[in-house]
Amino acid sequence: MFYREAGQFKTTYEADQAMLPIAQDRVGLLLILLIAFAAIPLLASDFFISSIMIPFLVFALAAVGLNILMGYAGQLSLGTGAFMGVGAYACYKLATLFPDLNILIVVFLSGFFAAGIGVIFGLPSLRIKGLYLAITTLAAQFFLEWCFIRIGWLYNYNDSGAIEVPQRMLFGLAITGPHATPITRYLVILTIVAIMTLVAANVLRGRIGRSWMMIRDMDIAAELMGIRPLFSKLSAFAFSSYYCGVAGALMVFFWLGSAEVESFDINHSFLIMFMVIIGGMGSLAGCFMGAAFIWVLPVILRAIPSAFELNILAATMEHISSIIIGALIIFFLIVEPHGLARLWRVGKEKLRTWPFPYAT
Amino acid sequence: MKPQNKLKKLGCAAIAAAAFAVTLPVAQAEDTLFIPSLTYRTGPFAGGGIPFADGFADYFNMLNERDGGIGGAKLIVEECETAYNTQKGVECYEATKDKGALAYNPLSTGITLALIPKAPVDEIPVFSMGYGLSAAAIGEKFPWTFVYPTTYWNQLSSILKYIDANGGLKDQKVGFIYLDVGYGKEPLPLLENLSGTMGFELAKYPVGVKEMQNQSAQWLNVRKDKPDWMIMWGWGAMNPTAVKEAAKIRYPLDRFIGNWWAGSHNDLKAVGKPGKGYMAANFSGIGQDFPAVQDILKHVVEKGNSKVASADDVGNVLYNRGMFNAVILAEAIKVAQEMTGKAAITGADMRVGLENINLDEARLKELGLEGFTGPIKGSCADHEGAGSVFLQQWNGEDWEKVTDLIEPMNDTVRPLLEEAADKYVSDKPDWEGQTCT
Repeated sequence: MFYREAGQFKTTYEADQAMLPIAQDRVGLLLILLIAFAAIPLLASDFFISSIMIPFLVFALAAVGLNILMGYAGQLSLGTGAFMGVGAYACYKLATLFPDLNILIVVFLSGFFAAGIGVIFGLPSLRIKGLYLAITTLAAQFFLEWCFIRIGWLYNYNDSGAIEVPQRMLFGLAITGPHATPITRYLVILTIVAIMTLVAANVLRGRIGRSWMMIRDMDIAAELMGIRPLFSKLSAFAFSSYYCGVAGALMVFFWLGSAEVESFDINHSFLIMFMVIIGGMGSLAGCFMGAAFIWVLPVILRAIPSAFELNILAATMEHISSIIIGALIIFFLIVEPHGLARLWRVGKEKLRTWPFPYAT
Repeated sequence: MKPQNKLKKLGCAAIAAAAFAVTLPVAQAEDTLFIPSLTYRTGPFAGGGIPFADGFADYFNMLNERDGGIGGAKLIVEECETAYNTQKGVECYEATKDKGALAYNPLSTGITLALIPKAPVDEIPVFSMGYGLSAAAIGEKFPWTFVYPTTYWNQLSSILKYIDANGGLKDQKVGFIYLDVGYGKEPLPLLENLSGTMGFELAKYPVGVKEMQNQSAQWLNVRKDKPDWMIMWGWGAMNPTAVKEAAKIRYPLDRFIGNWWAGSHNDLKAVGKPGKGYMAANFSGIGQDFPAVQDILKHVVEKGNSKVASADDVGNVLYNRGMFNAVILAEAIKVAQEMTGKAAITGADMRVGLENINLDEARLKELGLEGFTGPIKGSCADHEGAGSVFLQQWNGEDWEKVTDLIEPMNDTVRPLLEEAADKYVSDKPDWEGQTCT
């Protein structure tokens, strides 16, 4: 009943091929955007914006990047953290080398460096697949981490080996650095993430995205049908690494304010992979659900004791939240191995036929 | 520490915490002083984080019990768990800064670096006790950051001074084994500089975070290079491993000196007898023989309000250091109260208090900490307080203080610190310093 598209007639090819063919979806997305762009900046507290929404968006963008590679093109990667690092260090170098360049241009440019590195480490994917490919991307992770420690030029020979974000302005407002308010930083990130997700959605629906999915489903068949594996696989690596790189740059410049190499370690690669798996491989909405599940839920769980004046030690709460999240991950993977996005799709089907469960 | 022991300790701490949680309702007095405590009771370095956090909380609890707070205002310590992770540390900062936080002790170089630029904006001082950015000792450039009682660089100069006094440093070979992250690399510029001026040869042995427990390669090189002295900037599991490896290659342990994060009870209890002779720097007294520590035992631990697993843990190196961190903050609060004339001070008042701190011998005695540490005197320009370190030695079962306080080479280090501070500020055109008269 709720998702019934009866009565929505499509009279043009454009309408039939629209990104969101069902009116309810369009309304829903508009509502979400309205909440994100208007309600949250107006109503939410600084803590909610800077510690929940900003990291959530950063991780969601990184998850989109990995999902393109893992969910759509079927190439396993454990180098996400390092590719984010490439973006962050590139952004830092560009921002300090060209202080007058607009920071948003710098952020978008830095993604290209990550894409380039991603292509180089994607080359083995032409020969090997699956877990073996995961191991070569693991090499990327370790090698790049080594670079971030050893190559002093990357962090301008800073004594502590960290990169620190300089202040940059946009329309007379500080958008990076300590003077930038959480709301400005949030709106900048939100705009970038929204635009990039839109681009990803359209690329995935188009010729390139379809060629990735063909490679994922059966690479030999895809090759026989005229898809070039070299181009498809490497473009997937480039596209995915670009997204991860921008996410890394956003993470350092708009969230943390400074970063050491630990911010890009293997644990982050795993974290983002979990987001993709929990959210649902091959689904953009799933990336956002996964990021919310893995990042936002623990923060909310940790905030519960102080909200209800319960006197539980912070460390105890940390253990409890790990236990709860772990249990929930197992629960969701048993109930729906294809992730939260699949759960939502099933729910949509149910809503469509409700209240007649057997109608088709 | 064996893993079982650690688990047991964590378990005990959790149970104690639960008991604590039930028995103690939050008292909301009229005037309160809010102190956030960023702890790492979980994660890879929990073994060191737990005693530090215990000492920190217990001292403030003791002040509440014994004196009813400071200047009539009750102290509220709220712990926030970072697990030594920068992202969680920043989250903790955002979560607590609006509750009237007086000062932050980030307890990790990564979190310190993230908080330093935020401090002037939110007007909450960052107190990184002896760690973090060495350049923050320069008060003109870093009005909101404090590093009492000394910095990594000054500590290193004290250690070199000790070596120089015990057989000379000229034409000697000094090996430097360090954790290959920001923390471990921090003293390298000074070492390289001093090796030229003091005429010693420097050999570097980096230990990656992932290979903390497997240092055979490094120590093979040590055996090959035969340095006359070894200095260590280690943390966590790296320390006992290094001491064990040194003992294995029969390196003379009394020529192996760790910094103050490489000399806790946790580290050397795991080594035991073979570690006899190993030295480490320290700036907080060892043991329970101080009236202030006795007060903690009487007012907090014996009443069951402490999170320590057993009363024996009170007085160990890291516990006392956590307590010392609290002592400096408490003293700064008192100074700030006296200067502003109000009981409930703000972060900006706290900054002034920290800047005007004067812990001389007489005041230390008054606090019940005679001989605990050297005198510390801050000023607008000096956020380091000219503190000194002493060396302690492991006798196979316990740490013993073996030297008097060794003053740092201020004349050499201060210009280098100023240079580093200038460098930090140079690419930040809108950075706000202060002028000191």
